[in-house]
Amino acid sequence: MLALQKMTGAQRIAWVFLFPNLLIFGLFTFLPIFLNFFYATTGSDRILLPDRPYVGLENFQSLLACESYLDPNSCARDIFWRAVHNTGWFVILQVGFMILFSLVTAMVLNRDIPLRGFFRSVFFYPVLLSPVVVALIWKWILQRYGVLNAGLEAWELPVTNWLVEADWAFFWIVFVSIWAHMGFYTLILLAGLQAIPSDVYEAAEMDGASKWRVFSKITMPLLMPTMVVVIVLSLIRAVQAFDEIFVLTGGGPGSATTLLLQYIYETGFAYRPQLFGLAAAASLLMAAVLLVLTLLQLAATRRQAEG
Amino acid sequence: MSNVLSFLTRTRGRGRFDLTDWLTWGYLALAVVLMFGPVFWVALSSFKTESALQEYPPSLLPLAPVSVTVEGYEEPLQLFRVTGGERAGEVLAQIRRIGLNSQMVDPENPGERINVNINDRVPVREFALAAENYTVLFERFNFALYFWNSVFITVVATIITVLFNSMAAFALSKYRFRGRTAVFILIIATLMIPPTINLVPIFLVVSELGLVNSPWGVIWPAVATPTGVFLLRQYMLTIPDDLLDAARMDHASEWRVYWRIVLPLAAPALAVLVIFSVMWRWNEFLWPLIVLNRSEEFTLQLALNSFQGDLQTSWAPLLAMTVLTLLPITLVFAVLQKYITAGIAQSGVK
Repeated sequence: MLALQKMTGAQRIAWVFLFPNLLIFGLFTFLPIFLNFFYATTGSDRILLPDRPYVGLENFQSLLACESYLDPNSCARDIFWRAVHNTGWFVILQVGFMILFSLVTAMVLNRDIPLRGFFRSVFFYPVLLSPVVVALIWKWILQRYGVLNAGLEAWELPVTNWLVEADWAFFWIVFVSIWAHMGFYTLILLAGLQAIPSDVYEAAEMDGASKWRVFSKITMPLLMPTMVVVIVLSLIRAVQAFDEIFVLTGGGPGSATTLLLQYIYETGFAYRPQLFGLAAAASLLMAAVLLVLTLLQLAATRRQAEG
Repeated sequence: MSNVLSFLTRTRGRGRFDLTDWLTWGYLALAVVLMFGPVFWVALSSFKTESALQEYPPSLLPLAPVSVTVEGYEEPLQLFRVTGGERAGEVLAQIRRIGLNSQMVDPENPGERINVNINDRVPVREFALAAENYTVLFERFNFALYFWNSVFITVVATIITVLFNSMAAFALSKYRFRGRTAVFILIIATLMIPPTINLVPIFLVVSELGLVNSPWGVIWPAVATPTGVFLLRQYMLTIPDDLLDAARMDHASEWRVYWRIVLPLAAPALAVLVIFSVMWRWNEFLWPLIVLNRSEEFTLQLALNSFQGDLQTSWAPLLAMTVLTLLPITLVFAVLQKYITAGIAQSGVK
């Protein structure tokens, strides 16, 4: 009886300690999941639920109505599809080059060099800066009469208004995003490299293996579990990119650098009327993409645990 | 000297400084310029006058024109070095400029007026920090209010985050109860539900709670984090249960066990969570952008964004505000960078 009472008391105490966290999660994470479906299937620009008429899948149909998905101009919601295309290219380019640079950096930092801690700080510092600060730093450098153009002119190279030309603006949002975030992934990859036992390398060195062979046969296979985690993490974040891009280019010129999250923000909050239903539907489509990426990560993590 | 060279060229075992070592150092040198350079350039620029910021090409250091008081003239006159014509090499003060002609005077012989072509002179300048770029933030831009708003949100959210997450982690690591595994999985599952996919309904919840245009509208949605619970729970599992049982034998309440024993012992993990929370809250942009629409409620990030969008705002105070906004996080980094990098390497989260 005493044991049973103690167990009951312990259970009650545990739930008391859990309650604040679960309340916050409930209000701001779990409840909104269900409300999101409600918003996505209702119309009007009113935020309150009773004021919103049921419209079924109309919001999704509106978003997905296209003659050709390869041509945003053929879509009823052309800016949405331009955002989808931009996000797709951004994810491919940003993740691809960021992983490449992060890996190179991790391998450089993994060498036995003096001041390694300092150099790790060098790469990591931008990770801590806020996206607004990051954007303003680069805006100051990239403006027409900024230091980058001054340097190029000094070498008699061609200059341009970097953030006003569509292709260059897109290049720079990828560049700035890599600059701001690669330090994070470098750290994870560096930890992965340092977890590889040194006797493996010593054995390879005894066999006189070439540097490339060591890299392709030892380093990459053993690093692959960490690499997969890094790739999926960066994919998930890249799909949700918004802050530094929004401040740097405002999604322009035109909508050349508008990504999906900016479309959701502008549709639901920034512009009048506030199309909450459309924003919620677009959010759910983005969520579907993120869900696929997350399942990939879980599969990769499980494989890592088994390996 | 040989010690320095030996140190800099130290390699793993081998005595030679070979191609990969040169590539390594070249890469690192480029990295320092590319990663630190932009921040350094902004910091330098923030001390230049508005007119210096308009210069193209820009000068590296904050330089300001030198002016002198000349007998017979009420206003100070700007100094120029003459580079061509009869008076080449002299330093003269400009009375006024008329078209391509600069009317000048020798400060030591002010009786004689000298005409100089404007292409035959360059301004005399000296190193000078334009502190007014910073002071104007407090006089005209309400910077102190935005700073306070950011500090308030960051500090309060961090305190609540540490409290709520450590309580949950304590329950999940130190009690066996029905539903424990389910709750833990549920909390971790929220890692897969970023707030960005629920912006609209979260806004409804915040609105219904009356928290729009209140710092609490930013604080409350942020204080429960799966990262924090996971991190703290993993650490608390390493705290021996015997310590807790000993305290209970002394009739300590469960709250006292948590507050007096578990929390102090979890300090290293709490420190990591504090750092994360400060970074998250100080740097947060999208959610405050949605919830805080009145300028009096703006955080520093919102104010910066708002100012840079305002075409009337000049670069000088904007650069100063950028530096002041990044300074606190830089100081945190300088002091705690080992913990930050170690924490991230272990948890894989930022």
